[in-house]
Amino acid sequence: MSRISAIASKRIQQEKKLLIPYLVAGDPDLPTTLALMQELVQQGADIIELGIPFSDPASDGPVIQRGVERALDGGTTLRDTLALVVQFRQGDTETGIVLMGYLNPIEIMGYENFAASAAAAGVDGVLVVDMPPAESTELHRRLADADIDTIYLVAPTTSADRAKDIAEACTGYLYYVSLKGVTGAAITDHEAIRESIESMRQLTDLPVVVGFGIKDNESALAMASVSDGIIIGSALVEQIAQLSGGDLEKPELPQCCAVIGEARSAIDSL
Amino acid sequence: MSEAPAGIEVGSVGFSGPDASGHFGPYGGVFVGETLIAAVEELALVYQDLSGNQDFWSEYDDELRHYVGRPSPLYFAERLTEAAGGARIYLKREDLNHTGAHKVNNTIGQALLAKHMGKSRIIAETGAGQHGVASATVAARLGLECHVYMGAEDIIRQAPNVYRMKLLGANVVSVESGSRTLKDAMNEALRDWATNVDNTYYIIGTVAGPHPYPQLVRDFQCIIGRETKQQSLETFGKLPDALVACVGGGSNAIGLFHPFLEDKQVAMFGVEAGGKGLETGAHAAPLSAGTPGVLHGNRTYLMTDGGGQIQETHSVSAGLDYPGVGPEHAWLKDLKRVNYVAATDSEAMDAFHKLTRLEGIIPALETSHAVAYAMDLARSMDADQTIVINLSGRGDKDIETVARLEGMKL
Repeated sequence: MSRISAIASKRIQQEKKLLIPYLVAGDPDLPTTLALMQELVQQGADIIELGIPFSDPASDGPVIQRGVERALDGGTTLRDTLALVVQFRQGDTETGIVLMGYLNPIEIMGYENFAASAAAAGVDGVLVVDMPPAESTELHRRLADADIDTIYLVAPTTSADRAKDIAEACTGYLYYVSLKGVTGAAITDHEAIRESIESMRQLTDLPVVVGFGIKDNESALAMASVSDGIIIGSALVEQIAQLSGGDLEKPELPQCCAVIGEARSAIDSL
Repeated sequence: MSEAPAGIEVGSVGFSGPDASGHFGPYGGVFVGETLIAAVEELALVYQDLSGNQDFWSEYDDELRHYVGRPSPLYFAERLTEAAGGARIYLKREDLNHTGAHKVNNTIGQALLAKHMGKSRIIAETGAGQHGVASATVAARLGLECHVYMGAEDIIRQAPNVYRMKLLGANVVSVESGSRTLKDAMNEALRDWATNVDNTYYIIGTVAGPHPYPQLVRDFQCIIGRETKQQSLETFGKLPDALVACVGGGSNAIGLFHPFLEDKQVAMFGVEAGGKGLETGAHAAPLSAGTPGVLHGNRTYLMTDGGGQIQETHSVSAGLDYPGVGPEHAWLKDLKRVNYVAATDSEAMDAFHKLTRLEGIIPALETSHAVAYAMDLARSMDADQTIVINLSGRGDKDIETVARLEGMKL
């Protein structure tokens, strides 16, 4: 069983929800990202989605775009991101790590090299935003050979037939995009999301988690109550934007990650 | 031209690309976020269904004829030919189209497509502003709401075109992210599309983006090559020996080349922006000096660094200043059907002046790259051979840039 599946099974057994924060590797710098990841675990993260910085993040809203720009200003690369996972794994073998990003850096590194390096680093899953299943055959195979889950998105615009195919291809967890738009926009139609997730459940035994647009306890509760877990990205990256970077003994790290701790408390009350 | 170019069989215009899943060999494809997949799949289906739809293609032909002013002339550049000293040089006068460039062939086609699909709102990205102006123009013509995304840097550099778009009723949105140029404008347009996918049609300005854009933009631009073929036969009784066009995203080039791809005796040259020289790295020539990768919905040659980040580009001409290129060009490069070469900023500037003084035609700086290469090429050919340059746009928009580069203030 993959680490992600084990984490999910445990949570489901406990009748708890998965809490998955997203942050960008190297935002504002790599040592701070490592400290943030450790703090996120302290505050209740089950799995961490680690963003691979890319110059053209066309599916992201302004908050994550700026996070990516901060990481790129510091020269953070895909190799740095993998090295960060190696460092994190030295102190933590429990928390799931999913790399999330765009295809070009992976394409330039080479699929085989990437899959091997990610496996060696201790990566559990990969989500490539601009690589739908039809284009992912080879990378998916390489990742599967390396025992890494390939996670796909299902959107409000995804047809029923297509959702079925995606659910069959997907491993780890199924990522339901809560809105038409980019990361960090506002969720408007809770009832439609509930219905969509219900229909996803008919298609797959994978955990179904919701992301894009969860920014406070209210939206966290609403989305967690209809799913197996929630992803919080922009609301965290907005806090990280306030950090100064450089100082590892930062007292502000717990405050920065409080949005995750509060979400943990909120969804644990369900 | 006496015969109407109506009713092309979509997807059957030769050289067998793209395949059913939108690939040109290893290039092209659909690399977009899941939210947009339904929209591009719907577009591909609708476009496929339009194959042989006489009403649609007749309306398109009618717009080209009466609104754009087609066919554009194939003009013998006698003094340019003398100056080059070799093959006879003809100019396909896309600069005489309404709005002054080939761009409108595509925007009128896509705006009709938007109308056909019942979309009331169109969006577009623009670099120099030419595609933005062409989109705003057809939006005004068809009564569609229009939003144009443009990098904040480009808005400063291209103020007259910004005002032109506003006059035409478009909303120009300043893009402050990334390098604040064309590629970032395209990212922002994709974000808008994902957000407003129900009522919005995205008019991509070149033969890039996810399938079916590279195909449909090509098909709308192929009017250039079809006319050229017929006019060549009428004017000099045979096909040209060589075709030359500038390549940024590559829409004017593919429009000229595509109808000739099966004519093996016709040599083709796509001229990229060599900037300050390929060896300096300051250029916009992914086919000449880039590597395959994935950006903006398709796999193609890109200017990317060793870590996969998209690099900033440089060209004197804003319209060529893009780090990618249409996937069909990537394929034609690998197949060696088209030769991709580069002309530098200074070679383009020289050609700009030569054509202006010798023929009384002020070319766009983009087009000047093609003129520069074609003059060298002509010199290496015989006097009984012919070259057709796609004179893709007029240079009125560039006179301030040229004056500034030469130390003059207007």
